[in-house]
Amino acid sequence: MNALPLSTIVLCSGFGLIMIGLWGMLTQRNMIRMIIGFSLLDTGIHMVMIAIGYVTGGTAPIIDAAVPAAKATAMVVDPVPSALVLTAIVIGLGVTAVMLSFAVRIHQTRRTLNIDECTESKW
Amino acid sequence: MIKRLFITLVLIMIAIIFLDLAVNYRESTSLSALAHYYVDQGPAEVGAANLVTAVVVTYRGLDTLGEVTVLFISAAGVGLMLRRDRKTGADENSDARMRIHKPSSEIVETATELLLPMVILFGIYVFLNGHLSPGGGFQGGAIIASGTMFLLLALPESHISRLLISIMESLSGFSYVVVGVLGVILAGGFLDNRIMGLGTFGSLFSAGAIPLIYAFVGIKVGFELSAVLDRFREDSDVS
Repeated sequence: MNALPLSTIVLCSGFGLIMIGLWGMLTQRNMIRMIIGFSLLDTGIHMVMIAIGYVTGGTAPIIDAAVPAAKATAMVVDPVPSALVLTAIVIGLGVTAVMLSFAVRIHQTRRTLNIDECTESKW
Repeated sequence: MIKRLFITLVLIMIAIIFLDLAVNYRESTSLSALAHYYVDQGPAEVGAANLVTAVVVTYRGLDTLGEVTVLFISAAGVGLMLRRDRKTGADENSDARMRIHKPSSEIVETATELLLPMVILFGIYVFLNGHLSPGGGFQGGAIIASGTMFLLLALPESHISRLLISIMESLSGFSYVVVGVLGVILAGGFLDNRIMGLGTFGSLFSAGAIPLIYAFVGIKVGFELSAVLDRFREDSDVS
């Protein structure tokens, strides 16, 4: 049996990271740990997207001496998922920053990071 | 207990979905029709050697404008959440800050003085070459912000001007939209990069307005992330 294709390995690692992140977000009670779980989930999704954009034997979609424009379509990977992931990374960063500032604010007013002690919005 | 059961159940079900996707996944051997068009026509239409940049800045330029907006809103949200109460008094806080921050070591301070200009220069290099090599406005901006992080680690007392940050940020954001509108007037549509000549393919001044747009994005992202870092720094003084 020949070795696993590269993109399958990346895809499976991405799925694994998503699972770890979800598990962290669902089971951890410390807000910082939940945010770390979110970051892991985010990274996992990025890896899955990149893996889907991979074309067998492809290289980075940058036209230069090694990848002439005339032959580029046969040599490069899909640039669209890369562009989407670029957007997703920045948005993930923004969301994480806002979540962390919420955590800092809650810690300031309540002196705790435990989510179970914040019960006003619970129904 | 029942909660744990539910969590395990949810995770198992998601794992089954993922397993199915992973087992049935087949690596694609050719580009999709859309990607084929971008790779085939991109170099001639947009003039950018880096096709990811061509997609991000021109073909999907409106998405990038939205992305910059999201980043701006999140920076504003962090600023709002970590706003300092004016009532506590500035003098009291600055005294507290003096006590809390231990001065960093000589080595870190000297290294920062030496490396900070280079880090910022590298950030500028990355966003100016975004159309030629891996990199671009967001990456360059993040590198510039890491320079700010460096500064805050070495010299915790250093003052970063809020006014400068907000002026640079709004100016670059505004210029980005102006370039986009110029595309409607002078070329094919909003954020069309052909408002300037495409230049020689593969040189620094090529790909029309892409270097210009990425410079604005880089400056904006750099200052925005610096502002976020500064907010988190200031906040640690109070608590």
